[in-house]
Amino acid sequence: MIKTDILIIGAGPTGLFTVFEAGLLKLKCHLIDALPIAGGQCSEIYPKKPIYDIPGFPEVLAGDLVRNLMEQIKPFSPGFTLGERAETLEKLEDGNFLVTTSKGTQHQAPVVVIAGGLGSFEPRKPPIANIDKYEDKGVAYIIKEPEIYRNKRIVISGGGDSALDWAIYLAEIAKEVSLVHRRNDFRGALDSVEKIEELSKSGKINLITRAEVVDLKGENELEAVVIRHNGDDSVDGIKPTDFFIPLFGLSPKLGPIGDWGLEIEKNAIKVNNAYDYQTNIPGIYAIGDVNTYPGKLKLILCGFHEAAIMCQSAYQRIFPEKKYVMKYTTVSGISGFDGTRKEARKEIIKSIN
Amino acid sequence: MLDIKITIIDREGEAHLVDAPTDMNMNLMEVCKMHELPVQGTCGGMAMCASCHFYSLSHTDHFPEKSYDEEDMLDQAFFVQENSRLGCQIPITKELNGLEIKLAPESM
Repeated sequence: MIKTDILIIGAGPTGLFTVFEAGLLKLKCHLIDALPIAGGQCSEIYPKKPIYDIPGFPEVLAGDLVRNLMEQIKPFSPGFTLGERAETLEKLEDGNFLVTTSKGTQHQAPVVVIAGGLGSFEPRKPPIANIDKYEDKGVAYIIKEPEIYRNKRIVISGGGDSALDWAIYLAEIAKEVSLVHRRNDFRGALDSVEKIEELSKSGKINLITRAEVVDLKGENELEAVVIRHNGDDSVDGIKPTDFFIPLFGLSPKLGPIGDWGLEIEKNAIKVNNAYDYQTNIPGIYAIGDVNTYPGKLKLILCGFHEAAIMCQSAYQRIFPEKKYVMKYTTVSGISGFDGTRKEARKEIIKSIN
Repeated sequence: MLDIKITIIDREGEAHLVDAPTDMNMNLMEVCKMHELPVQGTCGGMAMCASCHFYSLSHTDHFPEKSYDEEDMLDQAFFVQENSRLGCQIPITKELNGLEIKLAPESM
């Protein structure tokens, strides 16, 4: 059981900065994120894209912003549960919340902050009518243990980097690898595309371009895929296979948070913006892109602001008897939980004789 | 007169004739959202989610060339056809007056 003061769901820029604001109030934080790395969209979707509207940064790459935030919050020693999705939330008798992840990790805190952005990133499923029926029965959207594909027949579809990389990897261990792609050209890294071409020429990868997997066959488990060439359904081919792995990137879904009894409007969580960004459940806040209120702007800088306000409210909630007076970091410096201390350099008064 | 007229056919087949300003640095995805048509625009216009995927029924010659990012995203999107584009990559210009588009099906 992980116990903390503020449990943050989502380790994007807003979630990360919350650790800093909470740290100034001597509150400890723990973050949960479905992605295996911190940074949310900034790390997963556009690490190399420049951002121009972070105050004080005329231009900063999204990946660098995340690195800076991680550096900034380091003194406050945040805990991380990464690669696990927050699944269930339960209110305990003592007023604490219990949040359990997809892997069963339990977290307990008096305050929960949802900084979930667009939601958790999940693989895009191709629109094949019966695909759900074969999930875990031959259809996989993520490759977790490559070894299960040893000496098997595999059909991969997609034309991006992950489709190419896995086709190359599996060509070595599988009995047969087919790569189905809608177009003739591949948009992955040049090295990968060249390698695929080479493997295709030497017969190690069966390259099927200008084609799509349109149907799946099999009694209880997947036995074959139906491949349609160039949108022409008169020449559909049936390809026997053990596995079908569609790799079409990730897309964000609000996911299980949507079932926690929070008031939702257009895929976002409604909060009280007149005060502290609290949701309809006292003790649960929502900040950053995941929340909505009149005049909401989905900007990183707005998420930072919401984090600062929200932490003040959380402090009052955790210590109702205490009165906190806000201090400026320029005046008080930063005392980390790791024993580090940062403060303005003292001027030295020395008379010259 | 800075507005142009665009016809947007939604996923139920209903046509909406809407005004689109040419002087506000807007794109087709934003025009759809402005008129509360069912376009999510999840990624905010970075050609990274395909939630603004549409089929162009006219004016294709007046569209800008597809960027690498748009090609890449359309590669991973579903229900893609020859006339598929991403709304967020089409700036509103006066040449597009009378444009007709159809929203592509939403993917899961």
